[in-house]
Amino acid sequence: MGIELAGLSWNPLGDLEQLTEFSFMVQALEAGTIVATMAGAIGWFMVLRRQTFAGHTLSVVAFPGAAGATLAGLPLAAGYFGACGIAALALSRVSRPGRESLSSESAAIGTVQAFGLGLGFLFVTLYSGQLSDLQSLLFGTFLGITAAQVQTLFWVALAALAILAAIGRPLLFASVDGAVARASGVPTGGLALVFLLLLGLAVAATAEITGALLVFALLVTPPATAQQITIRPGPGLVLSVALALAVTWLGLGIAYFSPYPVGFWVTSLSFGLYVTVRLVREILARRYRHDPLGAPA
Amino acid sequence: MSTQAIRLDGATARRGARPVWSGVDLSVRQGEFVAVLGPNGSGKSTLLHILLGLLALGEGTATVLGGRPGSVSARIGYLPQRRSFDAGTRVRGLDLVRLGLDGTRWGFPLPAALSPRARAAAHRVDEVVELVGASAYARRPIGALSGGEQQRLLIAQALVRRPRMLLLDEPLDSLDLSNQGAVAALVQRICKTEGVTVLLVAHDVNPILPYLDRVIYFAGGGGVEGTPREVITGPTLSRLYGVPVEVLETSDGRLVVVGTPEPPAHHHPRHDHGH
Repeated sequence: MGIELAGLSWNPLGDLEQLTEFSFMVQALEAGTIVATMAGAIGWFMVLRRQTFAGHTLSVVAFPGAAGATLAGLPLAAGYFGACGIAALALSRVSRPGRESLSSESAAIGTVQAFGLGLGFLFVTLYSGQLSDLQSLLFGTFLGITAAQVQTLFWVALAALAILAAIGRPLLFASVDGAVARASGVPTGGLALVFLLLLGLAVAATAEITGALLVFALLVTPPATAQQITIRPGPGLVLSVALALAVTWLGLGIAYFSPYPVGFWVTSLSFGLYVTVRLVREILARRYRHDPLGAPA
Repeated sequence: MSTQAIRLDGATARRGARPVWSGVDLSVRQGEFVAVLGPNGSGKSTLLHILLGLLALGEGTATVLGGRPGSVSARIGYLPQRRSFDAGTRVRGLDLVRLGLDGTRWGFPLPAALSPRARAAAHRVDEVVELVGASAYARRPIGALSGGEQQRLLIAQALVRRPRMLLLDEPLDSLDLSNQGAVAALVQRICKTEGVTVLLVAHDVNPILPYLDRVIYFAGGGGVEGTPREVITGPTLSRLYGVPVEVLETSDGRLVVVGTPEPPAHHHPRHDHGH
């Protein structure tokens, strides 16, 4: 292990200095921080609302969007945000208010996902780019982030988080107790649409950095881990963001000193964290369970 | 007039083109504990939806707490029909009750340490959880609680805004008999001490019979209202169902309705709940 971590010394401050020596690394850290904050917060609501499948659909659609934008000579961001925005609108039409989940439409959405991936592959082929283009669309360009991209991401994240803060409490109500929220006058249908659009923004922003396939490392795993640790909404939300930031920073840091890509480290760290937390929970549940049968809850 | 909580005159309710019930006149006074009875699909939940303003009357007029249905929803606590929260529901009972208090307000709540309003809200939540006797388990995930414990917390949620009226849709459905009696006793206590009008939709009148002031009985496309001894009788129910129906009383005071044309429950999904 020590051999692979070339350049890592026993001086943490010196290593940190080395990390921020190159502008691409600074921009990667900035972009990672912005995206992790956004994904941690919006992902927490997504996991709570059991809309992981919708999130997955959006991330799959991000790929043909980006590939199409490349083919048309448009900025990548336009492709990501355009495709995710349209897909979010389409999803909100499929899941009308009153239906609790997308499960009944899962087959139809699965069909669209497959078509979307095929379309993306076609665009990449037409572009006759090298395999590296396909790879970065699917697995991210963590270290190829430009200063302009960072600036766009910052404003997008700020707007998304401001909207989330404004609708936070009614959204929580609608997410955990839809029927009562609707009866008390919460516009659950409107909130569902706004949330899907926010989710589209979060997926598009995250996909720009992690690629379409690794979006979930930040959007699902940290929130799911946080919800294993606490079920209180406030602390859970903070923890989700903190975990997303931690895996992003650590992943970037480790990748800098290792031959393996950032995406691998970020996904592995968040996966390891999730598995560890689940194991600890199982052990604690076994120790403190009063149920003599010890059946899983 | 001021003591009248609900009034329906010549009311007809429709779900789509299908009339659920028609020609119904009701009058419920403030502070009464009323059971809404009838077979599946007879329009019990439909009545609650109309009182909440979620569904408009086809014909006739409805007055709720002196206003139009829908204009007074903030003063009504509502508990929709549902079986329970499944084990995967990762939310505390306490948070669910809190959402009943201020879940409709925009913005993000501040921690109690920073905001007097949040402290007052937390205090009110503790108070109402205490009132329904749920303090011991309100901090556990609601999905991990028993049906009776969940119902107590849901009643606390419906009560937390100090409503003038409670509309409870089959809160006893998933409970065993002793718990049905206990929850009905709790609802009656709240009804009398807080002066809240309660409409409780139920399948079986017997566990709650000792606590009731009046009943509303829907069947055969119509509905009648009165004291249990007036309504749950052979002649009244025969007129309602349109076929001869008998009401038998067992030695321990239970009422058994015999001869109704109610189809078997498993052939008749609960389409009156209109999700």
